[in-house]
Amino acid sequence: MLLPYHDEESGILTVSRLNQQIKTLLESHFPFVWVQGEISNFRVPSSGHFYFTLKDERSQISAVFFRQQNRFLRFLPQAGMQVICQARVGVYEPKGEYQVIVEVMEPAGVGALQLAFEQLKKKLEAEGLFDQARKKPLPLCPQNVCIVTSRTGAAIRDILKIFQRSPYPISATILPVAVQGPDARFEITEAIEAANNLSRIHEWDLMIVTRGGGSIEDLWPFNEEMVARAIAGSSIPTISAVGHEIDFTISDLAADLRMPTPSAAAQWVVGGLEKFHRDLHGCRDRMAQVVRQRVDTLYLKLKFLGSRIIHPQRRLEDLRLLLDDRLERIERAINRRIEKCSTLCAHLGDRLLYLNPDAQIQRRRAELNRECKELMLQQQRIFDGCRLEFEQAASRLEALSPLGVLNRGYSITYKAAGRKLVRKFSEVAPGEKVMVQLADGLLECCVESSRADDER
Amino acid sequence: MISVAKKKSDQFEDALKKLQEIVEKLEKGDLPLEEAMECFSEGMKLAHFCHKKLEEADSKVRMLVKDQQGGWASAPFETPPGEGDRE
Repeated sequence: MLLPYHDEESGILTVSRLNQQIKTLLESHFPFVWVQGEISNFRVPSSGHFYFTLKDERSQISAVFFRQQNRFLRFLPQAGMQVICQARVGVYEPKGEYQVIVEVMEPAGVGALQLAFEQLKKKLEAEGLFDQARKKPLPLCPQNVCIVTSRTGAAIRDILKIFQRSPYPISATILPVAVQGPDARFEITEAIEAANNLSRIHEWDLMIVTRGGGSIEDLWPFNEEMVARAIAGSSIPTISAVGHEIDFTISDLAADLRMPTPSAAAQWVVGGLEKFHRDLHGCRDRMAQVVRQRVDTLYLKLKFLGSRIIHPQRRLEDLRLLLDDRLERIERAINRRIEKCSTLCAHLGDRLLYLNPDAQIQRRRAELNRECKELMLQQQRIFDGCRLEFEQAASRLEALSPLGVLNRGYSITYKAAGRKLVRKFSEVAPGEKVMVQLADGLLECCVESSRADDER
Repeated sequence: MISVAKKKSDQFEDALKKLQEIVEKLEKGDLPLEEAMECFSEGMKLAHFCHKKLEEADSKVRMLVKDQQGGWASAPFETPPGEGDRE
């Protein structure tokens, strides 16, 4: 089917003409092929183009992967690697060489992304980027958290929900980035670096680099070398929480702590605060208890010792009591002595009394009284005799008195005024008051009329 | 990128660590009383400090966005409507 090209005139081709014709023929016939083979003789000159040979058991072909295309490659081709290339056949006329010009390269067997992941992991691991010694200690009390994630994603919603439900104050600062797509790795890297630059102002004590679940392509930015390096280089302790539980990224390895999900990262923060609170209270309680016990024990000891100290006041009281006792005894002794003396005294007094001349005086005085009374009686007797004599004489005299006449029925009339004896009727006028003396009484009379006897 | 100034979180952690040490020291019980009381007083101060710091913190949410000059400026953060409203 190949048509012979020849010089119209001589039928002889120049080398250039031949190569030109070969080029046209090959390039037009193989503009798009898929070819699989093993890479060998891989080299990258300063131009950045990849030069290598693709081979199988029996044959080989040169290949070139230009920089313009290979920069989209996520893994680095290596000798011995089985790859499937989408390519075209190209002829380099000056050397008369043909080769495949690769447009797209995929690792055979495993996926390109998987391979890229493994390669980067191996590389960074070899560098020591994932070493435990590099990991920064995470804060015990994470209160001021910086979050690098999408502002509209599920991750930030889940995290903030958990923060807001927590009883502890947590301040969150979001550095919004694209978490998927071609710009994501730049934005994430830039945000992590910016967070570190701003951390002195904002005093973040923790950074969370996160996004929710998605396909491996969606999560890819977190498998990028620049992101991994930014995370590893962060001076703020960093938690990486990308995708779901099953998703593992290079960021997870580079971070100080990997959390399976955004929610788990948020929960870690809240849990940390809870523990901090608990520890704080626990410490305080334990400390207070220890000191209280200590003080109680010492207080009891003190009380015991105190009870054994005898206060000088009490010593004084004892002495005072002793003194009182002695005084009392002295007093008692003296009193006894006095009593004894007074008894003796009384006894002597009695005896003295017995010998008192007063009794004799009394006796004599009684005798004298008796004599006096006798004397008085004698005198009375004499006196009575005299009075009898006198009374007899008086009654004799009385018989002679006008008053004796009255007993015989006569009366004496007086004027009431002036008690003047009325001897003549003419001495009283009618209406005048008179008094009539009878032997046993007096009549007060009013004179009705007065006349001479002969006028009757 | 190592900050020179002691961060707030570090102060907390130092305080809590010191507090724990004090508690252990006290629990050993071989300190003279005067020293024990001093420890206790310091411990209470530390606990108070930590507690106060915890209470003092504010729970706010904000966002830092890049401004025209390439610096980062604070902006309020609002949960985007729609997805957030589902709960």
